[in-house]
Amino acid sequence: MARLMKIARRGFLFGSVALLGGVAFGWWRYATPQDNPLETGLAEGEVTLNPYVLIDQSGVTVIAPRAEMGQGIHSTLAALVAEEMDLDWSTIRVLHGPASAAYYNAAVLQEGVPFAPTDTGWLAETVRAGMDIPAKFLGLQITGGSSSIPDAFDKMRLAGAAARAALVAAAAARLNLPADQLKTEAGAVVAPDGTRIPYTDLAEAAAGVELDREPVLKAKADWRLLGKSLPRPDMLGKVTGTATFAVDLRLPGMRFATVRTNPRQGAALLSHDASVAEAMPGVEKIIPVENGLAVVATSTWVAMQAADAITFDWAPAPYPATSAEIDAILAASFTEDRRDSVNRNDGDVDAVLAADDWQAEYSVPYLAHATMEPMSSAALLKDGRLTVWTGHQLPSQIAPEAAAMTGLPQEAITVEVLPMGGGFGRRAEMDVIRQVITIAKAMEGTPVLLTWSREEDMTHDGYRPAARAKVRARLDGESLVAFDFATCSSSVVESQAGRLGYNVPGPDGAIVQGAWEQPYRIANHRVTGYRAPAMVPVGSWRSVGASQNAFFHETAMDELAAQAGVDPVTFRLNMIDHAPSRAVIEAVAEMSGWGNATPGRAKGFAFCLSFGVPCAQVIEVEDTPAGLRMTGAWATADVGTALDPRNLEAQVQGAMIYGLSAAIRGEITIADGQAEQRNFWDYEPLRLSQCPPIAVRVLENLDRIRGIGEPGTPPAAPALGNAIFALTGQRLRDLPFARTVTFA
Amino acid sequence: MPITLTVNGRPETLDLPPEMPLLWALRDGLNLTGTKFGCGVAACGACTVHVDGQAVRSCQTLLGDVAGAAITTIEGLGNPAALHAVQAAWAEGQVAQCGYCQSGQIMQAAALLATNPAPTEAEIDEAMSGNLCRCGTYPRIRAAVQDAARRLQEV
Repeated sequence: MARLMKIARRGFLFGSVALLGGVAFGWWRYATPQDNPLETGLAEGEVTLNPYVLIDQSGVTVIAPRAEMGQGIHSTLAALVAEEMDLDWSTIRVLHGPASAAYYNAAVLQEGVPFAPTDTGWLAETVRAGMDIPAKFLGLQITGGSSSIPDAFDKMRLAGAAARAALVAAAAARLNLPADQLKTEAGAVVAPDGTRIPYTDLAEAAAGVELDREPVLKAKADWRLLGKSLPRPDMLGKVTGTATFAVDLRLPGMRFATVRTNPRQGAALLSHDASVAEAMPGVEKIIPVENGLAVVATSTWVAMQAADAITFDWAPAPYPATSAEIDAILAASFTEDRRDSVNRNDGDVDAVLAADDWQAEYSVPYLAHATMEPMSSAALLKDGRLTVWTGHQLPSQIAPEAAAMTGLPQEAITVEVLPMGGGFGRRAEMDVIRQVITIAKAMEGTPVLLTWSREEDMTHDGYRPAARAKVRARLDGESLVAFDFATCSSSVVESQAGRLGYNVPGPDGAIVQGAWEQPYRIANHRVTGYRAPAMVPVGSWRSVGASQNAFFHETAMDELAAQAGVDPVTFRLNMIDHAPSRAVIEAVAEMSGWGNATPGRAKGFAFCLSFGVPCAQVIEVEDTPAGLRMTGAWATADVGTALDPRNLEAQVQGAMIYGLSAAIRGEITIADGQAEQRNFWDYEPLRLSQCPPIAVRVLENLDRIRGIGEPGTPPAAPALGNAIFALTGQRLRDLPFARTVTFA
Repeated sequence: MPITLTVNGRPETLDLPPEMPLLWALRDGLNLTGTKFGCGVAACGACTVHVDGQAVRSCQTLLGDVAGAAITTIEGLGNPAALHAVQAAWAEGQVAQCGYCQSGQIMQAAALLATNPAPTEAEIDEAMSGNLCRCGTYPRIRAAVQDAARRLQEV
């Protein structure tokens, strides 16, 4: 990080280095490439070969265009470049790239198109490919939607291959040998006679090389790093306490701030009395921020104590004040004028289903992200320049926001992206950014670090929406002949994009995500999304709409299997043709010993295809005197190409645990217009003693590469609920389960 | 009235209020930022440090109450060039994801193994259950604690 800060400070020292890659190689698909943001700030002796590769005398640094929030993305992105450049993994360095349009993310938009991930027909593919153009023009540098790997897989391998080709060409010129006689290994070009020239010695010459053709990527069979479990470059810092999160930034003269804003989100601060706080030793300034106040002090603790000492009069919430009212609005929103999408409508559900056919209703509550690191950011406004330090999933949004707030040109704004203490979708918001910039303006010349209290964090969030579903169905013997799935929530896209100042027209695919695109073949099959009015702010929460819809869908499937008298796994397989989906289901059944019951225990199954990844899970529960306990968990997922097996395992385990935390105890309830939960004692995630062993198997049958940050979350809740049904006969249709049953 | 104590083997004199939690004295007073703020109410364990060898939640430990005590933080347990056995096991097992809770997890595990060199699975579960992780690294934490126990016994 220190190096990037240095780059940022140096300004235009070395701006004329030739840009390799880009149009020359055709790996940007459009005529005008985005500028290489690394070019404008190179220190003496540093060379950049393209936006992903920086070389100086001490070695090669890979610039990761996506933010590290725990998902291991920096490691795998670096491996894409290192593989093609033949770098020695033990020397690899990774830095988050500066916020720049060069690092646009096409894959996240591609998944927004209205075609199921399993649809690879020409129309779907054409529309997907077309999304590369708007993504590039928008310059959207977003980390989310399990899109980093699909977006980077070709781009960053090509960046590595282009850099390697240029280095080889430079060596060929120096040695007066044809390039095809030269090899590369461990960060050096090697001649037939054994002469080794390190990349560091070739970088400057390579920067002047123009390649005449697109470099050729390695065949998968030749991979040395990809496909292997690599040690993460960030691991040592994270086990020694030396990794720097935004909250850990310390600068000379730094002051520490916290905020209190109206817990009725979006409503104003009417009045306050800060006289006690102002008199507290160490309090330096109390600053108005949107809907509240910031306290700046000599320590975070003093700032938090002072904030506690202020009395506030808050305006009422701009949405219904209680969960009961909100739930009633949701229940009343299954109406024609609130119908948002009918993305699936096979056969004629209305003609087949009768009023007395089976039906069930389900519900889920709001959920907080509750990252372990509460929201934090630092900023310094000095000498006409603003620097913002933050862990962020959408850093390219920050400079425009900051420019609007400060009146500075965007060139005077630097955004340093630090590792996040958890993201899960929460750190794509601008609330903390606006606050820290407001504070920096009031404290001009002094660096300030803003840290939220846990209570501020829990009560100020774009929550996973509360949602309801109504499912109607008809069985004919063992077969499901009609399935009418209706799901309703406020729109995440409307709420979240609205907070960024965008108005996104058209239906919100997140409302029906994890339901409409499922690979079930049912003769009469309809999936309808209803858009409830905007109420409490909602946002992207790990796996987004699939987090609620998989629970609704897969609980209903389990109920129908039971009614049909068919084994739940067989019941699904009877309706699924998509080969990769069948394979994950069969694999998880085999791994878990599905069908072999242990006395006193029972297993539940669920499946969901989300972000293009089919994922199947089995959970086993037992009833103990202290309550229900999970005794085993198994998960399978297909990502097409498994780049780092051990990291994939970690992501599936972690995503499943995130889903189980929500399933068992997770809920944000609203009373008096504000979240009732304040901290981890009343919003309690799964603890280690409650966590079952989790066996994971990753398959590679998909025809394209997929990301894994999210797909492990959706099946967890229904797999657990279905296991509880199998064990106790009690069907749980509302989350969280701990409202109804006791857990050990 | 300045407060003196030992932090990672170094004597320190802090001119901070005695009612300031140790967490903030470490983080904002001494710039030892490896110890993390997670909840402020001893519900998550991210702030775990050792006071005279015992694992405590530094967010609920007042500076005035540890005057004269020996504090060990993650920075004092080991360092990148000389890892403690628990840190080595964590690195080998690739435990951390976001990593924010891991200082606390490691300090908790190190305290457990200092008093119980061969904990059972149930004892590990009990000792580690006060430390939350939102990334879901629990399966690897369990394995790493057992690996660390083996490493410590080999020394």
